[in-house]
Amino acid sequence: MADKDTKSHQTIDSLLDTEKTFKDRLAYFGRFLWRDRGGVIGLTVFLIVVFAAVFAPLITNQSPFDQNLRSSKLPPAWKEEGTWEHPFGTDSLGKDVFSRVIYGTRVSLMVGLFGVLIASILGLLIGAIAGYAGGRLDAAIMGGVNLILSLPYLLFVVFIATVLGRSLLNVILIFGITDAPIFARVTRGEVLRIRESGYVESAISAGARWPTIIFDHIIPNLLGPLITLATFEMSAMIFYEAGLGFLGLSVPPNEYPTWGNMLAAGRKYMTSYPWMASFPGLAIMFTSLGMNLLGDWLRDVLDPRMRRSRK
Amino acid sequence: MGRYFLSKLIQSLVLLFGVLFLVFMMVRVTGDPAALMLSRNASPEQLEALREEMGFNDPALVQFKHYITGAILGDFGNSLHFKTPALPLVLERLPATVQLASVGMLMAIIIGIPIGLVGGFTPGSVVDSIGRFLALIGQSVPNFWLGLMMILFLGVRLGWFPTFGRDSWNSVVMPAFVLGLPVMGQLVRLTRSAVLEIRGEDFIRTAHSKGLEPRTIYLKHVLRNVAIPLVSVIGVQFGYMLGGSIYIEAIFAWPGMGGLLAQSIGWRDFPLIQAIAVFTSLIVLLLNLLTDLAYSIIDPRIRYGR
Repeated sequence: MADKDTKSHQTIDSLLDTEKTFKDRLAYFGRFLWRDRGGVIGLTVFLIVVFAAVFAPLITNQSPFDQNLRSSKLPPAWKEEGTWEHPFGTDSLGKDVFSRVIYGTRVSLMVGLFGVLIASILGLLIGAIAGYAGGRLDAAIMGGVNLILSLPYLLFVVFIATVLGRSLLNVILIFGITDAPIFARVTRGEVLRIRESGYVESAISAGARWPTIIFDHIIPNLLGPLITLATFEMSAMIFYEAGLGFLGLSVPPNEYPTWGNMLAAGRKYMTSYPWMASFPGLAIMFTSLGMNLLGDWLRDVLDPRMRRSRK
Repeated sequence: MGRYFLSKLIQSLVLLFGVLFLVFMMVRVTGDPAALMLSRNASPEQLEALREEMGFNDPALVQFKHYITGAILGDFGNSLHFKTPALPLVLERLPATVQLASVGMLMAIIIGIPIGLVGGFTPGSVVDSIGRFLALIGQSVPNFWLGLMMILFLGVRLGWFPTFGRDSWNSVVMPAFVLGLPVMGQLVRLTRSAVLEIRGEDFIRTAHSKGLEPRTIYLKHVLRNVAIPLVSVIGVQFGYMLGGSIYIEAIFAWPGMGGLLAQSIGWRDFPLIQAIAVFTSLIVLLLNLLTDLAYSIIDPRIRYGR
């Protein structure tokens, strides 16, 4: 208990210390990085995935599309018949599993990034309007938001994807729009909290102008929860995209290699050639695990209230 | 109490209408529904015949009225694949899905809550670490992939459980575990944080200082309060499990509604897909309503509007 108390004193002191230099801030951040190794792991995983997506052609010289029936169903390199030319083996058409996993990061990240971007912008607008307007408009908007959030989500995503047909743009739009209500709800809650908190009032009475209030007081307080939420939602979208691919509802397989499509195609060969479905599955797990760790860590770092109550 | 329930009921009815409207719009708005339902190489005559049969040539309002009255009477039209009414096909599959979700939820509760309780009372202990790891895994492992891996190792290699179907008593073990794992992780997290929070409350300190036995405090004061958030999460998650077992049922060839949905996507059987979507939503809404009710019974603050 005593240990916890001194820690929170330190935190309060460092928060009150207005003379903090950039270096101090950096050191403070670094201490957090060290104390929460889960966050470091999460961040590393995220950076590895981004690196793989951007520099895919440098990581592997195999094309993810080249078919070669002669070298089909090759096992991974560490098995007896495997070669290092195809480290994770080949699929039923002789396509290189490793390069498909690497290139697969592109679709996953694109869906995650753009999906979250659309969802957060829509949600921010809707939530901010509801939070500021209050009254009947607020009640109507939040009624709609809660309506959508209480539906069986997966079922509706599957339904909409079936109707719209397979394409990358459709997948991004589906996730971007269906996920906006969550962002709206969080934004509204935060806007209400910020509006009622004393510091905005004090800033106004101290003569601060509205740009100062918005940029110095409201946005920084809104940003923390939204970034945390965005991380978790991005992880969820990557997960759901793979799920849609697994049902044959995501990006068409001849356009881009995706983890979900690989899983769907490898499923048939699960018992005799397990690597075809194992590696894309591991890739999804790796990414999702990393993003969840990153989200947990961001929540702690960006929200001082959480930081104090943490064990 | 009655008023609270009534307002919740009205909300649910509005929600159900919203679902019906959404499903109707999605199929009609995206262009030609007849083209959606038939394969790409259908002839113009076939398309026209289907349009006429399904009433797509009528004005939208007439179609909507027809559709709503049909839905209220439980008539979603004939399945394109089976050529029989869609709703009975869905109802036939209901028991299997309910069984799967119930066993999955039971596993999640039996494993998740005790681990969460131990974690909350002894933060940092071995059990706590296991619990937090379990929560992270439950959140991060794609269930469709976990299902495949369990089939491969526990089903094929070790031969412990049947790999598909619902024929023997232990068929349900693997799919139910996969379905329950994320909820298990969530229950661990929630129980743990609820215990931690309630242990720090003033009334616990008071109970300690007036000399109550720790066991009495834990059982009477802490556990009762932990139960409140758990009830609502279990209710809501049960709804999600009923509506979210698509992959798992497809992988394990479990003869439930989710498996039927995965199949009807392949057949482009829209009447059937609609029936499943609406019916599952109805169940989820009912469950949410029951959860609200249970919640208000346990926690009087909710009933009296705080």
